[in-house]
Amino acid sequence: MSHELFVAAAYGISALGILGLVAWNLIDQRARKAELADLEARGVRRRSDRAATDGR
Amino acid sequence: MSQTIPATGRWSDLANPTRFVGFANVLVPWLGGLSAALLAVGIWMAFAAPEDYQQGITVRIMYIHVPFAWLAMMCYSIMSASAIGTLVWRHPLADVSLKAAAPIGAVFTALCLVTGSIWGKPMWGTWWVWDARLTSVFILFLMYLGLIALTRALDDPARSARAAAIVTLVGFVNVPIIKFSVDWWNTLHQPASVMRLDGPTIHPSMLWPLLICALGFSLLFFTLHLMAIRTEIWRRRVIAMRRVSARRADAGAA
Repeated sequence: MSHELFVAAAYGISALGILGLVAWNLIDQRARKAELADLEARGVRRRSDRAATDGR
Repeated sequence: MSQTIPATGRWSDLANPTRFVGFANVLVPWLGGLSAALLAVGIWMAFAAPEDYQQGITVRIMYIHVPFAWLAMMCYSIMSASAIGTLVWRHPLADVSLKAAAPIGAVFTALCLVTGSIWGKPMWGTWWVWDARLTSVFILFLMYLGLIALTRALDDPARSARAAAIVTLVGFVNVPIIKFSVDWWNTLHQPASVMRLDGPTIHPSMLWPLLICALGFSLLFFTLHLMAIRTEIWRRRVIAMRRVSARRADAGAA
């Protein structure tokens, strides 16, 4: 095998790994944002919000 | 609780998750853009740098392999600092930071092992040997996997925080072992050529691209870590809100 192939493989696998990590972070972030938006749309609020408005 | 803590400095400010999310919102796009720019420049410089007189073009693997190795250890060190934050100061975000960093560290460690192996085959004639450096980095990888499992094993994150912090701190002993393994034992892996007391032994034409790449990957790490912490804050917020909503539904039914 030529050395170019080893260099290409190292960079290729690293690019896949890094892009996969970035994509996973973005997907996870998007899903959590959607869940929060859904809960807020249904009128669910956090205890800290309630405590602030109820004056408790 | 937030009213009882005086806002004395940045660290106590960031202990408030809402403030942390605001801080991350501002910082993430800038850090992400800067790391992408630095990595583009660094990798361009790496391919413009001269070939090694012995290793030929395979030396180009160094510009990613070495930053991955540094980050694998830096990430674990940050997790250990977070573990101290959990155990000593009970910093509310320390456990979130530890949990969020583990998968990022695992990916960097895996890439360090894989790129090292791909470099080893043409230069050493073998994909893998169980020498002290390779073995200790492999153990680091296993510890990352263990911590990923541990931080996600229990439904209540507060209960796994302490256990994960203690395991992380115990495992920190491996970090200096990795660093000095090449001095303490007879390894196939070469000893340090950048971080040594008598200065780098690598030519500036190769050192500069390496440092730019290392800085770019470090900023990428911080970007991803901030994003993952922010996502984890949101995840816990969703869990807390679902609990409130379930309790309210129970109260309504009763």
